[in-house]
Amino acid sequence: MYDGPSTVELIEAVKRFIDERAAPELSGHAAFHARVASNVLGTVIRELQQRPAAEAKEQDRLMALTGAGDEQDVASLNRRLCELIREGALDERSPGLLAHLKSTTIDQLSVDQPNYSGLAQAVPPQA
Amino acid sequence: MARLLFLAIVAKMGSADQIETALGDWAKATFGPHGAVSGLQRLSGGASQETWAFEVHAGNDENRLILRRAPGGVSVARSSEAIGLGIEAKLLERAALAGVPVPPVEGVFAAGSDMGEAFIMRRIAGETLGRRILRDAAFVEARPKLAAQCGRALAGIHSIDRKDLPDLPSSDGLSQLEKYEAIYRGVDLPRPVFELAMSWLKRHAPEPLPTVLVHGDFRLGNLIVDESGLVSVLDWELAHFGDPREDIAWVCVNSWRFGHRDKRVGGFGDLPDLLDAYSAAGGPMIRPRDIDWWETLGSLKWGIMCMIMYQSYRSGSDPSVERAAIGRRVSETEIDLVNLLERLSADV
Repeated sequence: MYDGPSTVELIEAVKRFIDERAAPELSGHAAFHARVASNVLGTVIRELQQRPAAEAKEQDRLMALTGAGDEQDVASLNRRLCELIREGALDERSPGLLAHLKSTTIDQLSVDQPNYSGLAQAVPPQA
Repeated sequence: MARLLFLAIVAKMGSADQIETALGDWAKATFGPHGAVSGLQRLSGGASQETWAFEVHAGNDENRLILRRAPGGVSVARSSEAIGLGIEAKLLERAALAGVPVPPVEGVFAAGSDMGEAFIMRRIAGETLGRRILRDAAFVEARPKLAAQCGRALAGIHSIDRKDLPDLPSSDGLSQLEKYEAIYRGVDLPRPVFELAMSWLKRHAPEPLPTVLVHGDFRLGNLIVDESGLVSVLDWELAHFGDPREDIAWVCVNSWRFGHRDKRVGGFGDLPDLLDAYSAAGGPMIRPRDIDWWETLGSLKWGIMCMIMYQSYRSGSDPSVERAAIGRRVSETEIDLVNLLERLSADV
């Protein structure tokens, strides 16, 4: 399959249509939802651009923290990490746990809400 | 399907007519035969409560008023913890007697009346939008006063004697944690930051303080502010008996600082200013560090509430883009929890 237009270009075109053509014609609730829709497309673009690299690093850290022997997907590894924290096997004093959660949350928020004030406060841990 | 839709539209029209008629009767009974209702306008489309603005002209007086009404006049509790409108009106009256700035209640309608379950209060002039209160030049003199004003208002709320109050739900920190954990487990979207926050909260739970009336949603958005500062505390539907630190911490949760994270109280003030005014007005002595546990619980609760709102999209009950998008705000509370847990585990 081919690019040109690429996925990102297509989404950008729809986002520009909402921002420049559709939204100015709307008022009230519809205008509010158009703004939300435009922001959602921004999230999708950032996710396409940032998620693969961020998730690869997250997977490496999760494998180390959970002691997973064989390669597993990130969703399964996160489920396992949740169990280990819930059982008390890992907590905020465990080496690498807070740093991992911070890196993951910074990456997630950079996709979800890059202007959120808490993101500016969070200094990325030294890798 | 078409017939159901038709019935729904008729029911809605009936609602506005019913309100206008019942308000007209009330205006005449309250302001005399010349009392006339005008400008009836729906302000919010909340599923839990209707809010309407209107005016009553009587002679040369114009009375600007608000009607709070159960949807369709029939009380359906939005959640197990929301109190009814009749109780909310009683709390407003009690709070006013305790010196808390609240809108005066002008009328109460019981369930089963022509109006349905509802109450009327004065419409107080001022701003509720957090971003405007924190940014607009009109509030430049109000902002430095707000923390102490919030401290005094909270001391007033927390001072109200339980025997003067209606029956309300009770919940302390750990019971709230338990409740929100059950919701989180039910949604089944594993988030390791929430797991760590819940684990930390369980291991560091403070001794409860003597139980008081807690407002339950004391934050920017529910406070009316004018150029002089705090003029009214609104939205008492989550009021309950609990720990006074819950209210003080909720206004500190970073989600309600609207970008002004350096000012811990609502993005406008410093916590020691609030706590000094609180104890000077008769509240217990509380230190800023006593608020940490509750602020952490508050961020967790808001994160799980965002999950609940996304769940209504996921389940198909509300397919709006806004409900889908709010699921991507969960990570805002996660970074706040990470920042808090990092600071709190370094302190020890």
